[in-house]
Amino acid sequence: MLRLISTRAALGVVTLFAVSVLIFICTQVLPGDVASAVLGQQATPDALRVFRIELGLDKPAYIRYFNWLFGVLHGDLGHALTNQRDILEELRPRFANTMFLAAYSALIAVPLAVGLGILSAIREGRLSDRLINVATLVAISVPEFLVGYILIMIFTINLGWFPSLATVFPGMSFAERLYVATLPALTLTMVVMAHMLRMTRNSVLSIMSTPYIEMAFLKGMSRARVVTFHALPNAAGPIISVVALNLAYLVVGVVVVENVFNYPGVGQFMVDAVSKRDVPVVQACGLAFAAVYVTLNTLADIAAILVNPRLRRRR
Amino acid sequence: MTIFGHRPPLSAKIGILIVIAALAMAIFGPWLTPYTMSQSVGDGWAPPSGQNWLGTDQDGRDMLTRLLYGASMTIGIAAATTVLSFFIGVTSGFTAAVVGSWADVVLSRLVDVVLSIPQLILALIILGVFGSSIPVLILTMAILDSTRVFRLSRALGMNLAVLEFVEAARMRGEGLWWVISREVLPNAAAPLISEFGLRFCFNFLFIAALSFLGIGVQPPYADWGGMVRENAAAINFGMFPPLYPALAIATLTVGVNLVVDWLLSIDARPSGSQAEM
Amino acid sequence: MSEEIVLQLEGLRVETIKGAVLVDNVDVTLKRGEILGLIGESGAGKSTIGLAAMAYARAGCTIAGGKITLNGTELRAQTARERRNFRGKSISYIAQSAAASFNPAMSLMDQFCEAPVKHGVMKREEAETYGRRLFATLQLPNPDTFGERYPHEVSGGQLQRAMAAMAMSCRPDVIVLDEPTTALDVTTQIEVLALLRDLIREFGTAGLYITHDLAVVAQIAHRIMVLRHGKMVEVGEAKQILEQPATPYATALVNERRDAEHGALIEPTKEAEPVLTISHVVAGYLAKAPPTVKEINLTIARGETYAVVGESGSGKSSLARVVTGLLPRWSGDVKLGGQTLTPALRQRSKDVLRRLQMVHQMPDVALNPRQTLGEIIGRPVSFFFGRGGAAVKDRVAELLTQVGLPADFAARRPGQLSGGQKQRVCIARALAAEPDLIICDEPTSALDPLVAEEVLRLLKRLQNELGLAYMFITHDLGTVRRIAHRTAVMLKGEIVAQGPTAQIFAPPFHPYTEKLISSVPEMDTTWLDQVLAKRVAA
Repeated sequence: MLRLISTRAALGVVTLFAVSVLIFICTQVLPGDVASAVLGQQATPDALRVFRIELGLDKPAYIRYFNWLFGVLHGDLGHALTNQRDILEELRPRFANTMFLAAYSALIAVPLAVGLGILSAIREGRLSDRLINVATLVAISVPEFLVGYILIMIFTINLGWFPSLATVFPGMSFAERLYVATLPALTLTMVVMAHMLRMTRNSVLSIMSTPYIEMAFLKGMSRARVVTFHALPNAAGPIISVVALNLAYLVVGVVVVENVFNYPGVGQFMVDAVSKRDVPVVQACGLAFAAVYVTLNTLADIAAILVNPRLRRRR
Repeated sequence: MTIFGHRPPLSAKIGILIVIAALAMAIFGPWLTPYTMSQSVGDGWAPPSGQNWLGTDQDGRDMLTRLLYGASMTIGIAAATTVLSFFIGVTSGFTAAVVGSWADVVLSRLVDVVLSIPQLILALIILGVFGSSIPVLILTMAILDSTRVFRLSRALGMNLAVLEFVEAARMRGEGLWWVISREVLPNAAAPLISEFGLRFCFNFLFIAALSFLGIGVQPPYADWGGMVRENAAAINFGMFPPLYPALAIATLTVGVNLVVDWLLSIDARPSGSQAEM
Repeated sequence: MSEEIVLQLEGLRVETIKGAVLVDNVDVTLKRGEILGLIGESGAGKSTIGLAAMAYARAGCTIAGGKITLNGTELRAQTARERRNFRGKSISYIAQSAAASFNPAMSLMDQFCEAPVKHGVMKREEAETYGRRLFATLQLPNPDTFGERYPHEVSGGQLQRAMAAMAMSCRPDVIVLDEPTTALDVTTQIEVLALLRDLIREFGTAGLYITHDLAVVAQIAHRIMVLRHGKMVEVGEAKQILEQPATPYATALVNERRDAEHGALIEPTKEAEPVLTISHVVAGYLAKAPPTVKEINLTIARGETYAVVGESGSGKSSLARVVTGLLPRWSGDVKLGGQTLTPALRQRSKDVLRRLQMVHQMPDVALNPRQTLGEIIGRPVSFFFGRGGAAVKDRVAELLTQVGLPADFAARRPGQLSGGQKQRVCIARALAAEPDLIICDEPTSALDPLVAEEVLRLLKRLQNELGLAYMFITHDLGTVRRIAHRTAVMLKGEIVAQGPTAQIFAPPFHPYTEKLISSVPEMDTTWLDQVLAKRVAA
């Protein structure tokens, strides 16, 4: 069991490494050329050459990769092409903001989604289940920005409870941050919750169709007991995977939601850099998102190993 | 009304109607309106009127006209992406499943790595390097999306490849193409059709999101995500313009999802929680 | 057995929610301590009746009519909560697959104690003590600590016994046994069967014993009910049903079983030329693991059936895969008509592939559901012989007639056929290649006995007409008796005995062959006692 966990953790590290290679290939090796991208079509060949040497583009790809990786591991993410600022310094506060927003919405979404998903599964086919089904179907179909705008329409324009711009600045109190980030967090919650709820429902349903659940019913156990003591321990693993998978939607959703509410996070920073084609910044932001994502997935898999009785008993 | 020998419930009928209406908009849109896409016909954000049924946008262009033109752009890109993604994903997925060995290992590991990064993030990186143009958009989204189609097709193919009728064909000495096209594909059609619907929804929302972020379809072309972005400021005055294209996006996605939900439910069996006790 | 009635089903009717009738007008009366065997083919409604006795219907089904009276209480008139108090306490259930019916996340003792504690029959400590006693009675290893294990940590035969213990945990009045030994190997089956019978007798429990095997039910049931298509065909004392069945259907079932036990054995043909020669073959799935088949030698002659018999895991199916090339051999030689076959399928010539055909175990998955029978049977005709159009059509019609199906079935798809018909189509597809040898991998084990018998008869007829050789993989000795000229017995990847079938089935036996033969239940109601007595003596 310890071996399983360490194997999974090692796999996480390998994945991170592979991901860094992939990001590097996308930004540096593919036929697109950063130099001409930055300097534009009119740049003279001389200027291009000088610029390439400046960026180290004359060296072979694998050397550039290891230089880059070495820098990243030492906290050197390079400088932005557009304003020459140190990327790490720019990224750090934004990263904190993004994690704050993601954690805020996850704390609302996960318990609600898992709870309602289980409820919906054990009431399969009844009115409450069908209502939840329709509601979540609509919710997964609606783009994040529409949810955001509807919330703004209601809570900012009509009720005036929350601001439509989630401006965050250093020195803000925790309560103020919480207040300002409420609408973005609610928007994210709506989107992520629907996916998570539907998938939780499906994994509980597939457990409810197994012979051992039937056996528990045939032993005269009540529905509540069958669900809590027979179905849920077996559904825990699948539900954890579901939650982890939906962190993907959360990460993706963050990018859009930050732009709707002008929230100063990594997503907004990255989109900005993409429009300016500031490749080093894009690269750094992408790596940050990927690292969070891979780490969360690895942790979720380890949690799933921990709750699996078959694996837990293996020594 | 029956489709594929099944009678669709009300929800599926609504879904089918929405899809047909959206397709009609995408194909015939430009002929349905007296205005052109970039023609300014009044003040910015004018309210709905007899001339401009949904009012005008930030530059005074007719909102409905822009919606009709945007339909063909947004739906067209999403459809092209999904078709391309399926072509790549299904071919490679079934090949991996049927051939196995190194082809499977290489493709599967590659897909694992791509899928270990959120799709949007990878798309942003690629668009950051290449810049945004319609061919780059379609190709990027299709390649990223095909990883998911690959996973599904490979799983379907794996399940089918061990079935004895496929084994019988291989023992007869049939070629790879025959095995895939005649034995595997026809039996994977039902799940693939539902998946096509879901992938279309995903790509449709994806292109809308990219355009909304300003890195998808570029002006002057009208597309639904971009229209939300252009009109976003109006929301602060409590005006509706950004909601029209956003609602259009939501409606079509709901429609496709309703149809897919019905398709999936045809084969579904009730679970144990419905036993009579 | 007393005269007191513990369970009575009257006019029981079970339907699906779409209105199809699964069980129609079935009456069951069970006295205290009495065991009623429910016999029938698949789709006869046996399991549905067993579950309905607990007033339970699976998802998608509903109990539509009749009375279910348990210990004088009509269950259908009770509320769901009241019904629940009977289940697991007064009436309990043993399922076919113990591996699937135990919760993987709970220890066996927790699952044992659940019913007695929740129904208020015993306290937890009492239940545990009682559980350990039952585990000991059922000869489970280390009964004192057995309950600490999880389901995946014990073998299939042990799990089945643990489930019997669990069913007895509240000392119920009635126990429903749904094919409790079917999933087990024949040598394990007899142990579990004997233990189950002793347990039920000791507690004086009444039972509904559901099975498709007349010989199994003969050992345990006082009375037998024969069911077909959800209706009662015949019900009576066990001896009467087994010896003088009154209805034609029951008679057919009994006769089929009798043939399997006592039919005359076939003599091998003399001096026939060999079709397939396997010498010193070793093969396995993983390079580092030990081989699944070791040092196999056998020769199959033209016009002969060579049975390869063994329990699950004996390597018999792997041997078939080695011959077909799906599992490349590691060493040794396989010759088809004197010509050495390449280990892997891919290097074999079209002609070799044609001469070697296969009929699979599961006709349901051996036919592509999206193709018509015309396409399925016609493909080998056009593929191997390059014929087209009308010639293929004529040949398909001819083949369909040959396997006893109407020629106009060519337009049908597999979904429109019964299991037996599908297996005939598989045989027709093999015949279409005009092979020398057909490998039959348990071709009848997924079929009901009467249908299986017809398929065996068809195979024999085709052999006589066309001079085919069969390599016949099976676990069922009854089938071997009826079809095989020669037999090889496999154990753990090796052949432990081989030769003419008559020789294998006559002393002196190899010890394993003897165990295998003596483990196959016979319809004689005293068979189990005799075997057990013999084993104790030995």
